[in-house]
Amino acid sequence: MFNIDRRLLKNFDIIIFATVLIISLIGVMTIYSATRPIGDEAHSVFYIKQATWLALGIFVMLLSVTFDYIWLGRLSSILYIFGVILLVIVFIAGRIGLGAQRWLSIGPLSFQPSEFFKLFYIIFLTFKFSEIRGQLNAVLLLKLFFTTTFFPFILLIEQPDLGTALIIIALFLLIAIAKGIQRKIAILLIIISLISMPFLGNIFWGGLKEYQKSRLIAFLYPESTHSTIGYQINQSKITVGSGESFGKGYIHGTQGPFRFLPEKHTDFIFAIFAEEWGFAGSFLLLFLYFVFLMRGMETALKAREDFGKLLALGITLMFLIYFTINVGMTLGLMPVVGIPLPFMSYGGTALLSNLIAVGILINIKSRRFELFH
Amino acid sequence: MTFSQKNNSEKFGFIGYLIIAIFILLALRLWQLQILQGKEYRRLSEANRLRIVNTPAPRGIIFDRNGIPLVENSPYFFASVIPDEFDETKIHLFSKVLNIPEEEIIEKVKKSSNSPFIPVKLKAGINFNEIAFLEARKSDLPGLIIEVEISRNYLYKDSVSHIIGYLGRLTPTQIKDPAYKDIPADIFIGQWGVEKLFDKKLRGSPGKRIIEVNALGKEIRLLQEISPVKGEDITLSIDINFQKASEKAFGEKVGALVALKPDTGEILSLVSNPRFDPNLFTKGMTSEQWLAISNDKRNPLLNRTIQSQYPPGSIFKIVTAVAGLQERLISPDLKIDCRGEIKYGSQKFGCWKSGGHGIVSLHRAIVESCDIYFYEVGRRLGIDRLANYARSFGLGEKTGVAIAREKSGVIPDTQWKINNKKQQWYLGDTFNAAIGQGYVALTPLQAAMMISTFANGGTLYKPTLIRDDQPVASGKVNMDKETFNIVKNGLVGVVNEPGGTGISARSYYKIAGKTGTAQVIANRSRLKYLPEKYQDHAWFVAFAPAEKPEIALSVIVEHGGHGGGTAAPIARTAIEEYMKIIHPPAVIQHNEDKENNEDIQTTP
Repeated sequence: MFNIDRRLLKNFDIIIFATVLIISLIGVMTIYSATRPIGDEAHSVFYIKQATWLALGIFVMLLSVTFDYIWLGRLSSILYIFGVILLVIVFIAGRIGLGAQRWLSIGPLSFQPSEFFKLFYIIFLTFKFSEIRGQLNAVLLLKLFFTTTFFPFILLIEQPDLGTALIIIALFLLIAIAKGIQRKIAILLIIISLISMPFLGNIFWGGLKEYQKSRLIAFLYPESTHSTIGYQINQSKITVGSGESFGKGYIHGTQGPFRFLPEKHTDFIFAIFAEEWGFAGSFLLLFLYFVFLMRGMETALKAREDFGKLLALGITLMFLIYFTINVGMTLGLMPVVGIPLPFMSYGGTALLSNLIAVGILINIKSRRFELFH
Repeated sequence: MTFSQKNNSEKFGFIGYLIIAIFILLALRLWQLQILQGKEYRRLSEANRLRIVNTPAPRGIIFDRNGIPLVENSPYFFASVIPDEFDETKIHLFSKVLNIPEEEIIEKVKKSSNSPFIPVKLKAGINFNEIAFLEARKSDLPGLIIEVEISRNYLYKDSVSHIIGYLGRLTPTQIKDPAYKDIPADIFIGQWGVEKLFDKKLRGSPGKRIIEVNALGKEIRLLQEISPVKGEDITLSIDINFQKASEKAFGEKVGALVALKPDTGEILSLVSNPRFDPNLFTKGMTSEQWLAISNDKRNPLLNRTIQSQYPPGSIFKIVTAVAGLQERLISPDLKIDCRGEIKYGSQKFGCWKSGGHGIVSLHRAIVESCDIYFYEVGRRLGIDRLANYARSFGLGEKTGVAIAREKSGVIPDTQWKINNKKQQWYLGDTFNAAIGQGYVALTPLQAAMMISTFANGGTLYKPTLIRDDQPVASGKVNMDKETFNIVKNGLVGVVNEPGGTGISARSYYKIAGKTGTAQVIANRSRLKYLPEKYQDHAWFVAFAPAEKPEIALSVIVEHGGHGGGTAAPIARTAIEEYMKIIHPPAVIQHNEDKENNEDIQTTP
């Protein structure tokens, strides 16, 4: 199983590794600035925690390059079942507690199971798709939907973790399209989703929590002054815009430490970076993500067999969705959805699972010339 | 390996283009926010963080001519609440403690359009007892704070109220006025009297504190502080001790008194009765207090010295006499037989003394105020020449003491009547004008200016409220020594000779004066007992000592009847008090006899 040789090292995608490492380090740096104290409070330990998770994450990432990713396919059912069980535990714990609960605490550690579930889900989903030989028909597609997506989707909606729920649906559809479905089915799917949209919309709206509704309203009417609904979006735009060309300078941003921008070190970390480094810095950061995502695509295209292709594609798509929604939200192009920016937002579980995903990408890339065992 | 690589890349190659499209879209949006709109967002982020707090400048102090302060700056306390910290469930407690209805609190807190961190004033002018009470209960009243502002304490209350005026907040019309755009809406500014007239000078420039605040409105640190600059002090021409003495001499009557220093035009005292307490305006008054002031038929807010104009009556004969003599149209020896009335065409013009004065010369005509004699002087002069003389005394136009909306008075002439009455001038109009009736109208301040100008020999000094030892003359009356002496002797006779109309002003100081009666209803039947509101206004103008005048004044008592009866004694008392103040009798000083000056503060 473990197979580290010269060829593996030669084919190690240093560019993916380097971009992710740089982005993650920028993340720690930005968390440090965003949470720095004003006045005589003590500096919060967020940046130390994040750095610790990063060190651990790099180690696990390198570890996940060492074995042939084919093993992941073979273990995918077990991983998936383990992930669903985690979700069920969270669901039950959430019922006992009050409101949304995405955390599980084991002793002093608390982690977000849905972050790991995402990864297990992608592995399982792409493995199932890769097993299909020949044309994908409607019956097969439906069967796949119920075996891979339906149950966790319901669990996530009820949790409620709307962001992750919508992302797994999106991943399912995108992977299906990438695998190649009949044009008829594609059109049918589009028509069904168009017809069901008003119904879904109603159910969706009714199922939203008050804060989720106000986020949507705030996105549609950001300048409304009668309430503080539009506050986050406005403050985020102010934070980004006030960076101008070259930024206010590292450690000189004001929007975060003065608490004008909420969620400064988690969901709105990009805004804090943009404020301090200006257009020049933010453009470079966007470019790093761009290079990483394109490398992910290349990995998918060059993978040696179908599972590798779909797995690399699934991972890249996941990062693309997270990145687009998060930055889109920060720049006022999308509603405020509580979705973190991969590698940068504060959060140990997410960083760890994301770095493992990157490890898998590198793994696939490195073994693109290997033969089957 | 049933499918080729090429086949597969076709299927999801579009995702690569999607990534490129997203990258371009996000980069363009960044460009828009940071480059195109960056300046505006930078400004907004500064506005988030920086708060500018104005620190009010202490207002300049207003002193009387001897350096006695007439006002002081005093702290003024508000009970306010920070809306963000306000707890609606505790509203009954707020209502009980502050003694204001719950609905009022709700409305004030809800109506505030400002940031929820900016306090809303709930109750103004709370006293020290209330502050102590509130401070003790602060923990039960979330968000409650005590705010302080600088306000005015008017030390002499209703005395000098018409001169100093009062402070107030900007009125709704002023808020829209560009002239007030630099003044924060919640600051006190001069709204009346000297406080308004010299507001710019007194106001000083407020200081600024630029502080950094966090999103919770919590002050993080002070970035910059500009200290306020205290307003300039003002020294008035008023002598507060004399002002109080004049007010005392006036008593409860309705009317006005203006005293000037003849050699400078400085206003020594200025009384308009009834008066009001300006402290009510700065400390906030109850609606009952406001109704009491605004519904008072005697109109205490009216500054009668400049806002009311009355026919001058016989005090105007001084102008007529000077003009007649100076134009050599009459000589002091001209004698006229007064039989109580003369006929002009179909009209009859009477003398105030129905039986007539008999044969009178100019001197007796002044002393006894014979109307028939002055009809003749007026006829010889013609209205236009008379009006020119009147104007050289500064009459017929505003004096420029703009402590309220000043009236200009009326000095009519032929052109004036054509313009204003669309009629030609008749000789009868000249008769009326010559004795100060008809269209002629003066404010009490103008009357004082007239007698003051005469008293100093004809140099016109515009009246001023500011102490000024080197005044600039603004005109000169065409009056030679001989004319001056003849008229002056007549005025001395009015007070000091038997039969003089102003005999009740006679004093141990040599006073020269002239009575006047301003008719309220013209050509009335000679009823003995008229209701008070139809009674004539009583005028008296005077200066003293006659040989070297140190004070000139005008007194008008509304509905006071004949000037000699009610106005002249007030003038006499005021003159005597002033002379005592500026030349304290040696005996009193040596014996330290406090009995005679217990009402009067000795000046330092």
